[in-house]
Amino acid sequence: MRIPLAIAAAIAALTPAFPASAESERVVTIASEGASPPWDGTDDKGELYGYDIDVGRELCRRIAIKCTFVPQDWDGIIPALLVGKFDVIMSGMAITEKRKQSIAFSVPYASGFNQFVVRKELGLDPGDTGQKINLSIIGDKEKAAIERLRSTLGGKAIAVLRSSNSEAVVKQLMGDVVTIRSYDSLDNMKLDLAAGRVDGGLADYFTWRDFLETPSGSGAAFFGPELKGGLWGPGVGAGMRKDDTELLTKFNEAIEAATKDGTIKALSLKWFKTDISPAASN
Amino acid sequence: MGGFTAQFAVALTVTISLGLISGCLGTAAGLLLAISRGMTHPPLARIVTAYTTIVRGVPELLIILLIYFGGTTLASRLAGRYVEVNAFSAGVIALSVVFSGYATEVFRGAIAAVPAGQTEAAKALGLGAWQRWLLVIGPQMLRLALPAYGNLWISLFKDTALVSIVGLTDIMRVAYVGAGSLRAPLTFYLAASALYLSLTTLTLLSIRVAERRYPALGH
Amino acid sequence: MNFGLMLEAVAVLPSGIALTLTLTVLSLTAGFLLSVPLAFVRAFGRPGFSGAALAYTYVVRGTPMLVQLFLIYYGLGQIEAVRASVFWVVLRDPFWCALLAFSLNSAAHTTEILARGLQSVPRGVIEAASSLGLKRLQTARLVTFPIAFRISLPAYGNEVVGMIKGSSLASTVTLLEITGMARQMVSTTFAPYEIFIVAGAIYLLLTSIAVKATQFLERRLSTERPPAQRSRSRWRPPLPGQGLTTPLP
Repeated sequence: MRIPLAIAAAIAALTPAFPASAESERVVTIASEGASPPWDGTDDKGELYGYDIDVGRELCRRIAIKCTFVPQDWDGIIPALLVGKFDVIMSGMAITEKRKQSIAFSVPYASGFNQFVVRKELGLDPGDTGQKINLSIIGDKEKAAIERLRSTLGGKAIAVLRSSNSEAVVKQLMGDVVTIRSYDSLDNMKLDLAAGRVDGGLADYFTWRDFLETPSGSGAAFFGPELKGGLWGPGVGAGMRKDDTELLTKFNEAIEAATKDGTIKALSLKWFKTDISPAASN
Repeated sequence: MGGFTAQFAVALTVTISLGLISGCLGTAAGLLLAISRGMTHPPLARIVTAYTTIVRGVPELLIILLIYFGGTTLASRLAGRYVEVNAFSAGVIALSVVFSGYATEVFRGAIAAVPAGQTEAAKALGLGAWQRWLLVIGPQMLRLALPAYGNLWISLFKDTALVSIVGLTDIMRVAYVGAGSLRAPLTFYLAASALYLSLTTLTLLSIRVAERRYPALGH
Repeated sequence: MNFGLMLEAVAVLPSGIALTLTLTVLSLTAGFLLSVPLAFVRAFGRPGFSGAALAYTYVVRGTPMLVQLFLIYYGLGQIEAVRASVFWVVLRDPFWCALLAFSLNSAAHTTEILARGLQSVPRGVIEAASSLGLKRLQTARLVTFPIAFRISLPAYGNEVVGMIKGSSLASTVTLLEITGMARQMVSTTFAPYEIFIVAGAIYLLLTSIAVKATQFLERRLSTERPPAQRSRSRWRPPLPGQGLTTPLP
């Protein structure tokens, strides 16, 4: 594919160019979805806030680099990282094998879990919402839990975030019995759950918990066991380009140090009111 | 709505500058393409036709997505070093491309509508090619093109909303984020509608003024 | 450029064509049916009614269709009364929301296109029809509208193309038409370039067919004879869409 030189020149002139070298003055840009509080949200001034942002700031402070945060819709966040729109993804992104084929991950800076939510008016029996199911080890307990989810949610419309692990899990576990509705953002997903366009959804536990406490979330409740492992992988990490090894090393060191001295735990308590630091799950 | 009012104000300037820059670049490209299309050089004319057909036949949304994601790779390869194409530049390029595709057709039609006798008369007066374009055909063509050209600007300001999908904080994006985070979609999308409607109204009024000042000759 | 992936996209994306076409055809049909009476009101109605029709077309044509779609989809869903009403059965479904938004949008554009056509039907023709003893409705049905439609055809062709392209917005409300399928594919393969190019090519094919069909219809409906001279002498507006306030889509 060729385009005339004039257009190429115009493109070059239009866009501020940053040489990739000058590591010392490099400003690292971190992208976040900004629509999944308490992980990351957008306040009424358009500023990003949340656990991802606070951890990101803390890591940058430790590495002693300048960082800026940008919002990016979830379904384009990996392609955008790959083409260099920004340098790091910190957006509650779980470390998975599939994603590792495209990008590199830091060590985990959180270990979340996921849960279904359904509308109360359906009158479904939520079962034991405190039960913990790890999809990495499928035994009798896990099989029974999955079978129960399949039979009670069969025929329902389930909302998931497009390109999320929850989407992949729903497809894998019950794609043949439920209608999957994929959304651009968690906020829109919640709007539709409140409006009753979908019967339920699967997403990160903490984004649900905050939502269910609001008036528009009062019509829905947790359903079934806490889910982790399997396609969700070992936890939440910061995503970077594979060739950006220097940055990755710095991030790993900073995360390990911040986990050891309890900073990550403190931030976790601030945003999630519980300790989900990687140290807590080990 | 709180702080969102301030955000809408910033977003309005983003939308306006996005529209104005793309419209001006698109006009320049459209004029060049229309003139080169009119020249008796068949391969060039065919390329221009192919360009306008493709641009007008593919959804604007796809063009924006393509340039946003593909633009960085392409520009970096062409420049031989990393070149950043952010949401704003991607929007400017995509909307300029779309605008130029339509503008080429509008200008081409207007050039064809200038009576052939005019060119001949200008030639008879001894005017060179450039003089003919600048003094005879150009001014008449622009007047003829004005109504359709004005419509392109209205479409352009509406199309800017699509750039929000690649994360540019324009009017639509602020409405989208506000609607989601405060769970008040009706309020936010109505506010966005009002802003877009005032932008398109302003554009329409400017076109009307221009049309009255420069009516098509002989009409 | 990964050609294997492009081939995969060529295999997968056409399954979204059916939904794109369904949305386009249904919303164009509904929009057209709605616009015919509106166009007559707009062209010949009393100032009050004509003004009301203008207000509708003005607001719809002055705002982006994306905003209209979100207003109907997310905005209406927010109102308790709407959710409690019978309309919710329809509005609950993203397909019907998209169809409603697209139809209302298309109706506004088509109304202006047809109204312009109606206004440019020569007065003498209408007078001749009434002097032949045709009633007002008969004149409208048999004389005014067919002539107006023929005049409007080039502009209406633009509307058809615009709707095919506009239906891509349905991807923003979870529908899996061509663009929706493409975005879904991109989100799992992380290869936007290859997949969006294939999607663009499919749209180009669809819009080209629509353009050819309009041109064919224009030729068929042209009344000027003999056919050999048609291409040169056929009446054409000096510019595509000139004089129309209808923005190109």
